[in-house]
Amino acid sequence: MSEGLHLDSVTIQFGGLKAVSDFSFHVPPGGIYGLIGPNGAGKTTVFNMITGVYTPTAGNITFNGISLPGHQPHQITPLGIARTFQNIRLFSSLSVFDNVRTAMRMHLIGGMGQTLLRGRTWRESEATVETDVLDLLDIFKLAPLAHERATSLPYGDQRRLEIVRALATRPKLLLLDEPAAGMNPTEKEELMHLIRFIQQKFQIAVLLVEHDMKVVMGICQRIAVLEYGVKIAEGSPAKIQNDPKVIEAYLGAETVT
Amino acid sequence: MKRYQAQIALAIALLVSFAVSQFSDQLNDYYLDIFLTTGISIILAVSLNLVNGHTGQFSLGHAGFMAVGAYAAAIVSIQLGPQLQHIFGSGGAGTGAAFLLALLVGGVCAALCGWIVGVPSLRLRGDYLAIVTLGFNEIIRVILQNTKPDSVCGGALGLGGIPAHTSIFWAFGAAAVCIYVVTAMIQSTWGRGFLAVRDDEIAAGSMGINTTRYKVTAFVVGAFFAGIGGGLYAHQKGAINPEGFNFLKSVDVVVMVILGGMGSTVGVVLAAIVLTVLNEYLRDFEQYRMIIFALLLIIMMIARPQGLLPASLFHKKGRTA
Amino acid sequence: MDQFAQQLLNGLFLGSIYALIALGYTMVYGVLRFINFAHGDVFMLGAFSGLYLKKWMEPVLAPLHWSLSLTVILVLSMLICAALGILIEFLAYRPLRNRPRLNVLITAIGVSLLIEYTGQLVFGATQQSFPPLIPANNIALTGGLAVTNTQMIVFVTVVVLLVALRHIVMRTRLGLAMRALSLNPTASALMGVNNSVVISFTFGLGSALAAAGGILYASLYPSVEPFMGIIPGLKAFIAAVLGGIGNIPGAALGGLIIGVTETLVGGYSSTFGLPTGYKDGVAFVILILILLFKPSGLLGKTEREKV
Repeated sequence: MSEGLHLDSVTIQFGGLKAVSDFSFHVPPGGIYGLIGPNGAGKTTVFNMITGVYTPTAGNITFNGISLPGHQPHQITPLGIARTFQNIRLFSSLSVFDNVRTAMRMHLIGGMGQTLLRGRTWRESEATVETDVLDLLDIFKLAPLAHERATSLPYGDQRRLEIVRALATRPKLLLLDEPAAGMNPTEKEELMHLIRFIQQKFQIAVLLVEHDMKVVMGICQRIAVLEYGVKIAEGSPAKIQNDPKVIEAYLGAETVT
Repeated sequence: MKRYQAQIALAIALLVSFAVSQFSDQLNDYYLDIFLTTGISIILAVSLNLVNGHTGQFSLGHAGFMAVGAYAAAIVSIQLGPQLQHIFGSGGAGTGAAFLLALLVGGVCAALCGWIVGVPSLRLRGDYLAIVTLGFNEIIRVILQNTKPDSVCGGALGLGGIPAHTSIFWAFGAAAVCIYVVTAMIQSTWGRGFLAVRDDEIAAGSMGINTTRYKVTAFVVGAFFAGIGGGLYAHQKGAINPEGFNFLKSVDVVVMVILGGMGSTVGVVLAAIVLTVLNEYLRDFEQYRMIIFALLLIIMMIARPQGLLPASLFHKKGRTA
Repeated sequence: MDQFAQQLLNGLFLGSIYALIALGYTMVYGVLRFINFAHGDVFMLGAFSGLYLKKWMEPVLAPLHWSLSLTVILVLSMLICAALGILIEFLAYRPLRNRPRLNVLITAIGVSLLIEYTGQLVFGATQQSFPPLIPANNIALTGGLAVTNTQMIVFVTVVVLLVALRHIVMRTRLGLAMRALSLNPTASALMGVNNSVVISFTFGLGSALAAAGGILYASLYPSVEPFMGIIPGLKAFIAAVLGGIGNIPGAALGGLIIGVTETLVGGYSSTFGLPTGYKDGVAFVILILILLFKPSGLLGKTEREKV
């Protein structure tokens, strides 16, 4: 089945260091999946390879049959993959509205020419964008903040905004890089609801990298565990929690609740 | 009415500048010259602001593009003068058409240079781009300076005898067009991409924005208008030489952009006006002028890097920068 | 062939001065990750301080042997410019320590202009001639090559300074601190390095070298004026980029390459029917080539941005 994301024996080497070794994983078109491991295990590197920031030195990555390596990040997004970042990367000088609006740029038909002429097609297109952005913000309860500067929002809202921005690109696969970082338990609960909601409402697949075990075990249906760039376990939350290799890798590091 | 707001504003600006232009012979020559220089400064500042302010790149070679436009337009006017007169006629509309052609040739040549310089260099880090654009500015100057005196470019002494076509209509009309283009670009959804590139290139890429293409586009459009500004300058002064387009001229425009607040078109227009007028009044104190400017730059960067006028002042709620 | 070797030699002397200035750029970039636009103007100040020192200290220097006189002027100028460099860093760059790099770059341009135009005000805009600190003499070498006394002294001085620099960077604690700081500022601070002191020291060192470069350059080309630092400064910066910015041997290598190439182009341009003025553009062409093909420089390493 060529559907979804396939990582086949992906390896990346930086000089003498193999950051990721022979990693294989499959993300089907729907559901929530997790990628966990101690710090430095290579999780964000995997994301970076999927989104074109890095190119794997061996192995292949395909998404719905299309091979990804060699593409630039802005070419990956139209294929249906969107992501958020470990350190929030919002557009600091833009409003909440405009942050999401930039992601809509992808769906525009005309480019510079249309923009300069400002004819009817352009106006209609802009109106559609405005409605779409407001609708999206509304779903996630960010509409009242639409014209605030994005970076003036509280931390939790900024994280949510980053996710909404990624969703504006209408992805089929959403990559979330440590979305629960810096959140308190209540916010984490809300995040779990949010991710489940997103997955169901938009009928997409979500792959998340996360340190918080409660979040991961709570919403993921299948999890892969990386240690030093190598997959040491894969399976359902129950299976992972009881896997001796996983427990050993995490010994003294994170708490498994 | 609201639907074509922008185009109507542009049309009004063009009409007004045309009207004012008709009365320009009532104006003292000295003041007229300052007006024209102001109009040209606005074009240079707004076009550089697109690159440095809105897209967050650091171009230090704007005068180089200006030079290309100036020389190209001047050469068209001088070398092809008679032929153009033959085609368009020598009436008001005819000379106007010939001048427009010369200006456009200048703009396109400058834009081409912008493309050639931009495509390889815009992959580079900020400070490197600054040096490359500076280098380009220098190379243009060196090339022009070393052409033979009797050649089309006139060598170190430059070109003279350029017909004085630039009028208030042309200078401010072009400025209006420039402001329209830049503003129309930036405020559209498509144009938000420039700001995204400025704020966070990596995030922008993840949103499907081709950052290199945006940077090159800004660079080329900026160069085009710098070329137009150069052409207008050539046909205002009547004579140009390579020294007039050196690094210090580029710095002049950079100061306008910084003072006006990188990314604020209104701020930059005001800064262009203020600085051009200030330049004139300080002309007698040329030595002190640059010292003051230099101190201004340093103090601005330490105390108020966002420019003298905050960008948020001039935009309605919901539109940042 | 004779002409080629002669041009090569001339280029080496010029290149060694570019190397001296390039070292200042590369060291500052190494510790602060920023291009000090005003560095070329310190070079100019070095030349002028040499000029004025010679004028004012003439009664004291007259009875001394010229080599002693030269050393005194060189050392004093280096000290003066080192102090100036430290002052500039403290007043203009330190307040911007945590701001975006582009802002600091603009400040550097401001400082550069300030120095140039204040210099114009103080020294006057016209060119002045630099007093000969070295008695002129032609030395004939084997193979029909000729060098002047001045060129030899310039070369020897540069070599001495380079050796001294290498000693400082490689064998002193301050040098170690500089290297640590350029690799990882946070870690070096955690290891007890006073970053601010090291940065000041780096600026001082770089400025001292630029001052020496100024005096040596003025000895070879004895006309000085307030804007003389712009073009050599740019070329020296390009030399630093060519060698790999932040890399000290690279800066020296880059300086030599630029000096030699420029002199060869200047020497042979008439043979190819090109105007001699083109030699000034050579450095920029080299810059564009290196940025196109190997932006990290000949001896540099590529830096990756962590996403």
